[in-house]
Amino acid sequence: MAPVDATLLLATDRLTALFHRHAAVKEVSLLFPSNTVTAIIGPSGCGKSTLLRCLNRMHELSDGAWVTGKVLLEGVDIYGGEVDAVQVRRRVGMVFQRPTPFPTMSIFDNVAAGLRVDGRLPTSQVATAVERALQQAALWDEVKDRLHTSAVALSGGQQQRLCIARAVAPQPDVLLLDEPTASLDPAGTQRIEELCHELKRRYTIVIVTHNMQQAARVSDYTAFLYLGQLIEAGRTRDLFTKPRLEQTEAYLTGRFG
Amino acid sequence: MTSATTESVAPPAPASLRRRNRGDPLYRGVVTALALALPLLLLVLVAELAVNARPAMRRFGWGFLTSSTWDPVAEVYGAAPMIFGTLVSSLLALVIAVPLALGVAIFLTEFAPRWTRKPVAFLVELLAAVPSVVYGLWGIFVLIPFLRTYAVPPLKAALGWTPLFQGVFYGNSMLAGGIILAIMIVPYIAAVSREVILAVPASQREAALGLGATRWEAVWSAVLPYGRPGIIGAVMLGLGRALGETMAVTMVIGNRHDIGLSVLQPGYTMAAAIANEFSEATTDLYLSALFEVGLILFVITVAVNALARLLVWRVARGAAIGSKAL
Repeated sequence: MAPVDATLLLATDRLTALFHRHAAVKEVSLLFPSNTVTAIIGPSGCGKSTLLRCLNRMHELSDGAWVTGKVLLEGVDIYGGEVDAVQVRRRVGMVFQRPTPFPTMSIFDNVAAGLRVDGRLPTSQVATAVERALQQAALWDEVKDRLHTSAVALSGGQQQRLCIARAVAPQPDVLLLDEPTASLDPAGTQRIEELCHELKRRYTIVIVTHNMQQAARVSDYTAFLYLGQLIEAGRTRDLFTKPRLEQTEAYLTGRFG
Repeated sequence: MTSATTESVAPPAPASLRRRNRGDPLYRGVVTALALALPLLLLVLVAELAVNARPAMRRFGWGFLTSSTWDPVAEVYGAAPMIFGTLVSSLLALVIAVPLALGVAIFLTEFAPRWTRKPVAFLVELLAAVPSVVYGLWGIFVLIPFLRTYAVPPLKAALGWTPLFQGVFYGNSMLAGGIILAIMIVPYIAAVSREVILAVPASQREAALGLGATRWEAVWSAVLPYGRPGIIGAVMLGLGRALGETMAVTMVIGNRHDIGLSVLQPGYTMAAAIANEFSEATTDLYLSALFEVGLILFVITVAVNALARLLVWRVARGAAIGSKAL
């Protein structure tokens, strides 16, 4: 393990994530450089979603879940004794596999939800922040005339972009995307992928995907996980064109997984 | 004439293809009859109530609903105090029971240590199994003395200036009735709300938590709104039970035909009046008046249930679309 650069935004250090006594992620040390997209790939059940959920302390919400090792956010271990998980999640936003708009709220209120729990933002600035977030999620033009209608009337792809807007509205440092296009059609998928390129100028993005082409298209760095272990990580271009390990190559060429 | 030719050409069905099982049509007949019998019974019940209430209706007209006089000696009857008492005691019960039951449901689904959840939920639901008359006894010997000694004096001191807490507290009162009812309906509201909250998808909870909501904010902003139709249904179920409850209420409410704003005063409910006065109803008009009270209680209960359905249905539409899209 190379010494962790203190200016680096996000890193894991021998992170092990467990459910009861079963380790789903084993001793993973990874660096997530600022303003880049890092893809985590691997076959189903390899622990990639669990790894992602460790990065904003969502993992511990599951029954019997715990971790060892460290996750460093600007050099601070987010599992340290003084750190509040709620505050971590305000700085590390998350978008889930399936769109999860709040069905009883309007489009506006959905995006404002994260700003309101935060409570620091004066009400007068909420409208500006909502518009900015919807602009960033490339949804503003589609919904600006119906901000106060129900969020569930949107299409699946729009709902997912709404969730991205909701996640970026409180201006987190990191954005975690957990297979964000798994339930979308090709057009919706493409919009989200284009969005990743836009969003990385402002945020550090970690995306979990089972789609290798997607990883190749959107990411700067790729980490390949298998059975909870980090097999290989590096620049996406290098990893996909000349993987160092036989196992990585086998997965990338579709011979297993 | 094609049909005729087909008919003549087609051979009779062989025995192997004929229906052998006579059980199915029989079974179908039986369940159809049973299914029709229940609504029919309801209609007969309403008709019976209406027919028996006729003499009182003809005598007092709409005034029966607004008059406060209930004088069997003079044969003058008015049900306003009982209608008032039924509604007020039930609403009082809801005011006390809803926060309590929702608190129990939220605690048991979101905050309680996992191993305590099932046993505590079971104990809460066990409250529903206690016979009504036992609640009444408990009300007389435990609740009322407690209210008299510990609860009412500070209440009067703090809120005595409002019309709601005026007058002398003798024990049997609207307040005691409302509290007994509240305890009786808490298990229903809590049990149904718990099921509703458990049915809220984990993704909704996680979405809120992922935004940096605290556990409580996640419950308040994501879980409860999602389950709102079901929770309203649970409350209405509790209200329906409170309106019709008889025994425990009549033991503590005071049974006086009076309309008073103060919850410290005794009152009466329709169900309690029917139960208490049926054996004393010696004249036809007296009996008829009690039948009319029964009819009104029936109509109010049906109306509350219909309203509940409507409310649930209207609120559910938003969520239903949501759950389909998710």
